[in-house]
Amino acid sequence: MTNFPVAKIRADFPILAEKIRGKDLVYLDNAASSQKPNAVIDSISNLYRYDYANIHRGVHTLSVRATDKFEAAREKLKSFINAASNKEIIFVRGATEAINLVAQTYGKANIKAGDEILITAMEHHSNIVPWQMLCEQTGAVLKVAPINLQGELLFAEFEKLLTDRTRLVSVAHMSNALGTINPVKKIIALAHAKNIPVLLDGAQAIPHMAVDMQDLDCDFYVFSGHKLYGPSGVGVLYGKQALLEAMPPYQGGGDMIRKVTFEATEYNTLPYKFEAGTPSIADVVGLGVAIDYLNEIGMDAIAMYEAELLDYATEKARQIKGLRIIGEAAEKGAILSFVLDRIHPHDIGTMLDSLGIAIRAGHHCAMPVMDFYGVPATARASFAMYNTKQEIDVLMAGISDLIEVFG
Amino acid sequence: MFEDLRDLYQEVIFDHNRNPRNFRVMDNADRKVDGFNPLCGDRLTLFLKMSGDIIEDASFQGSGCAISTASVSLMTEIIKGKTEAEAEQLFEIFHKMTTGKDEEIQLEAVGKLAVLAGVREYPARVKCATLAWHTLDAALKNQQQPVSTE
Repeated sequence: MTNFPVAKIRADFPILAEKIRGKDLVYLDNAASSQKPNAVIDSISNLYRYDYANIHRGVHTLSVRATDKFEAAREKLKSFINAASNKEIIFVRGATEAINLVAQTYGKANIKAGDEILITAMEHHSNIVPWQMLCEQTGAVLKVAPINLQGELLFAEFEKLLTDRTRLVSVAHMSNALGTINPVKKIIALAHAKNIPVLLDGAQAIPHMAVDMQDLDCDFYVFSGHKLYGPSGVGVLYGKQALLEAMPPYQGGGDMIRKVTFEATEYNTLPYKFEAGTPSIADVVGLGVAIDYLNEIGMDAIAMYEAELLDYATEKARQIKGLRIIGEAAEKGAILSFVLDRIHPHDIGTMLDSLGIAIRAGHHCAMPVMDFYGVPATARASFAMYNTKQEIDVLMAGISDLIEVFG
Repeated sequence: MFEDLRDLYQEVIFDHNRNPRNFRVMDNADRKVDGFNPLCGDRLTLFLKMSGDIIEDASFQGSGCAISTASVSLMTEIIKGKTEAEAEQLFEIFHKMTTGKDEEIQLEAVGKLAVLAGVREYPARVKCATLAWHTLDAALKNQQQPVSTE
């Protein structure tokens, strides 16, 4: 094992010391949501205790303080993903809202009847349904690039589906159900060669690797704070400034305006044009603190450590008879989806829970992926920087035991 | 192993999960209704053969977790020979047994089904146990459309 400071990190996450059903918690549901370090938890209560008021409004001291902290978080997010400008960081509720925003603004303005939107067969429902809704509204057509049994995008098929009618490509950077990391730079290069913009759903990728907007050159990148050790209810839409400038606003209301009369409204500049209403101020500040925390550890170090965890878990899982791993892409993040012969994932979930082990059992909001593999659901263990090989041992022992009990 | 779960996963449940009873397609069924739990993907098709208002035969097909498989397997056994009214009454009692809070559980009234009483302590699993019965309820009311727990 590397000298990754996992013990020190664990000590920063109070919930990891909790007992669940009398057992030490083994939290392996990080792809659904990750736990929060003290620094994040404290930052939220401290904001409400000492620095809270509405932002971008008052001249009074508290409003100025809250605004400064809020905008400082934007600056942190900008640096974290290496965006060109703070104007490209739009705070939203999460990745889902970000995709809906792009569909209903960029999509409605630029996508017409007969146009095509290209996604992949491994998308989360949040990167399927907003496009279906847009297609219904506009008469556009949703195209789906297929995957192979390893859970990898069939690139040649993807290339064929990129036609003169394609107006937007929207793909997961990393799949939540399979762990697959898509060849996004190749996808973007190919799409850009045809002047097609690309949205990356980064909800799963961003907790596990460094992402760099200048290097990726994607047009939109979306993610949620709560999978990134930050609070729930806040996420980010990154968009290239020129695209965002040209897009109509999403919701109307306060903060997104410059001047309102009953005859006409002049919209605010970026990023405020897309931030109508009072945002989740404390949660944005908390997300900024989560970014500080991650920067201290380093995303590259986290990626290396988690790759070790995944390799270890995969090797152990392969030794269990009757266990089938769902998703074995060559490029994969720290997610182990699996099924067991004749044991339903929900039974696996309940049995492991009784041992203090939290995994996800279900369709992972990716029903088309389940259909592709011919399973109703999978069990999914998803790892984070605070997990250990010992915890993986506990998981694997639990799986072996429940196989025995089911007989 | 799994001592804490003994109330939920009793041996009868494992038995019915391994060897579900009345697990077959019924070609001459009078009633046929699909039940679906979109949360976990459990699917079943329930078949009933009626003789007047008496359930002469019951069978099912489908796939689900141990709780839902055992629940539908046990149900097909217990409802055979019952009138529609008796089956509806069992549904009521079963529903109370699995979802009720302080109501007295009429364990003696449900017989073997009592092995499923443990789900009331596991809110996430209650629907696994009740899917079969909601599907039966629809079949008894002669509804054609599929039943969904959500």
